[in-house]
Amino acid sequence: MHVTRDFSHYVRNAGEGIQHIDLAVEGVHCAGCMAKIERGLSAIPDVTLARVNLTDRRVALEWKAGTLDPGRFIDRLEELGYKAYPFETESAEEAEVAESRFLLRCLGVAAFATMNVMMLSIPVWSGNVSDMLPEQRDFFHWLSALIALPAAAYAGQPFFRSAWRALSAKTTNMDVPISIGVILALGMSVVETIHHAEHAYFDAAIMLLTFLLVGRFLDQNMRRRTRAVAGNLAALKAETAAKFVGPGEISQVPVAAIHPGDIVLLRPGERCAVDGTVIEGRSEIDQSLITGETLYVTAEQGTPVYAGSMNISGTLRVRVSAASEATLLAEITRLLDNALQARSRYMRLADRASRLYAPVVHATALLTILGWVIAGASWHDAIVTGVAVLIITCPCALGLAIPTVQTIASGAMFKSGVLLNSGDAIERMAEADHVIFDKTGTLTLPDLEVMNAADIPADVFELAGRLALSSHHPVAAAVAQAADAKSPIVGAVEEPGQGVRATVDGVELRLGRPSYCGAETLVGGATLDPEASVVAFSKGSEKFVLSVRQGLRPDAQAVVAALKARNIGIEILSGDREPAVKAAAQALAMPEWRAGVTPADKIARIEELKQRGAKVLMVGDGMNDAPSLAAAHVSMSPISAAHLSQATADLVFLGRPLAPVVAAIDASRKALHLMRQNLWLAIGYNVLAVPVAISGIVTPLIAAAAMSGSSILVMLNSLRARSTSREIV
Amino acid sequence: MEILVILVPLALMLGGAGLVAFLWSLRSGQYDDLDGAAWRAIADDEPPQEAPVER
Repeated sequence: MHVTRDFSHYVRNAGEGIQHIDLAVEGVHCAGCMAKIERGLSAIPDVTLARVNLTDRRVALEWKAGTLDPGRFIDRLEELGYKAYPFETESAEEAEVAESRFLLRCLGVAAFATMNVMMLSIPVWSGNVSDMLPEQRDFFHWLSALIALPAAAYAGQPFFRSAWRALSAKTTNMDVPISIGVILALGMSVVETIHHAEHAYFDAAIMLLTFLLVGRFLDQNMRRRTRAVAGNLAALKAETAAKFVGPGEISQVPVAAIHPGDIVLLRPGERCAVDGTVIEGRSEIDQSLITGETLYVTAEQGTPVYAGSMNISGTLRVRVSAASEATLLAEITRLLDNALQARSRYMRLADRASRLYAPVVHATALLTILGWVIAGASWHDAIVTGVAVLIITCPCALGLAIPTVQTIASGAMFKSGVLLNSGDAIERMAEADHVIFDKTGTLTLPDLEVMNAADIPADVFELAGRLALSSHHPVAAAVAQAADAKSPIVGAVEEPGQGVRATVDGVELRLGRPSYCGAETLVGGATLDPEASVVAFSKGSEKFVLSVRQGLRPDAQAVVAALKARNIGIEILSGDREPAVKAAAQALAMPEWRAGVTPADKIARIEELKQRGAKVLMVGDGMNDAPSLAAAHVSMSPISAAHLSQATADLVFLGRPLAPVVAAIDASRKALHLMRQNLWLAIGYNVLAVPVAISGIVTPLIAAAAMSGSSILVMLNSLRARSTSREIV
Repeated sequence: MEILVILVPLALMLGGAGLVAFLWSLRSGQYDDLDGAAWRAIADDEPPQEAPVER
């Protein structure tokens, strides 16, 4: 059968006979990788651009149209030791990128204006105490206005727009006091300049915008990065299917290009990417990613299969009933929808702070004006003082307090293998005090391991491994990997559903079902482990039994102990059978566990814990976990998780160890602590500065010093989020 | 003080040139990969094209 790979879905024309493709690449993490990949790809003739983006872990490639098959790049990267996946930019991500560029442009304009206005302000400040003529001061003020007004009109857009949106919807947000403060400060300065006054606040207004834009940009940048990571995860899932494009001809196409009614081929060892019905063939399928159940299910004509199931033994033809969008069990979809709707709108720390902030500040300014008028000052002087209060309380440090910590903490978490799916995940993660683990694929590794390799002579084991290379069965793959086998045995024959056999030096070797190898009598002792699959290996008359199962993650015990040490409640909720769950719970010394739990039961348990006031962290990977991931206070998935679960989870962790769970909790707690500290710093600054402003002795110089001082203090404090301790367990 | 007539526009022009340069660098995608750019600065230069191997 002829198989082709079809990447046309991902290729776009970059104009002038040049084609472009973006690939998400796994394992790029340093300058060395970057240079190696770029050199390796540029060496292919007709490639016009090969550029790695280290931030997003992607490669952009361009080549002369029609000369190259994009599959060649993926092969080349494979040779270089990197796994690459074609990649489609989502519109949501493009919007985030555009927004982030716009903010950076505003920041550039605001920073330019700040520096130049400051250049004009400093002579005025020093001139006011020495020999400056009023005409010269006016000239400098007008110049400042010339720079600051257009710059503020441009760079202030993000705040003005958002404030306008809030006001149109008859609500208020942090941008309303910011906009009012900036506009009043600029307006008052123009009026003061016209009246040849000594003080103008152009510098304060534009500097305020600059600092706030730094915070806004960092916030947006994190959101952009999150999107990029989510996009890569989707690409890494590499969801393709072998679609029949003609009789006997199949093409490996992305799931997005498959439609209901298409027929796809599902080979042994492949994971199904679509929902459908088996129309031909007979096999066993592993649905553990969907139900948590580790026992295989028989699939034959008419059996429904779901995206995420792994085909084990035979080749199947599947008629697609739903592709990319709707690949789900109805029950799970319904529960997930409910859970997402019920997900209580979490009030972010920043929102809570700003809700308190605006009324307090505006009331203070108003009272200041009234107070001065009652005390006998002129309306003009009273209003100038009131505006000074607004300027000095403008939430510079407050706007930076949270985004700076979030950015630095998410960077630190990224380095320890944790990716954030949502910005406020850090805050919610820090509050978690009860962890629910799924078992299959979460506490255990998704790959199978040979448990009793040590009991078998090394040379025999290696032979078994080499024989196993001839089969696609996942158990065989596990044996081959455990034996580190490289060269397959020539002439090996696979008997579907039975095993593989070959003859070497006149001795027959068999690997497969115990009955296939004539080793039924040996099996008795090996089935003690409820989760293990048993395979037999025979070499002539010598017979051996191998026990294969999903092992616990290497550091699962240490992680459980670390969570206990942090006084965090832990339990297992698994859809798997009782003996399997019990064995895992005992190995990890976790007294609380439940087996055979349905998705609805999981949600019920989470609700029960919520009632008691617990903040639940749900860690799970299966599709059956997706609703409970959405229902929990905060959720986490391993990278190997089902597509849907990964999209639902707040955090995703990479690699084999479970330690990132503890690392994420620790880093989040530290980050939340720093955010609170920053807010207190910002409040403390206001407590000091506001009385000065109310008393009417604030000059532009004091305002500038106070604002930049508090902002820099907050930024420096945020940097402390970087040093998360490496010793997590 | 007449010197201000020259110096002030000059200062603004220099600042403006900086702003234009920033906007250009932003447009040409130089801020798209900050992590990578940090490494590229210290990466070795491209090695010279390898001479064809004598046979």
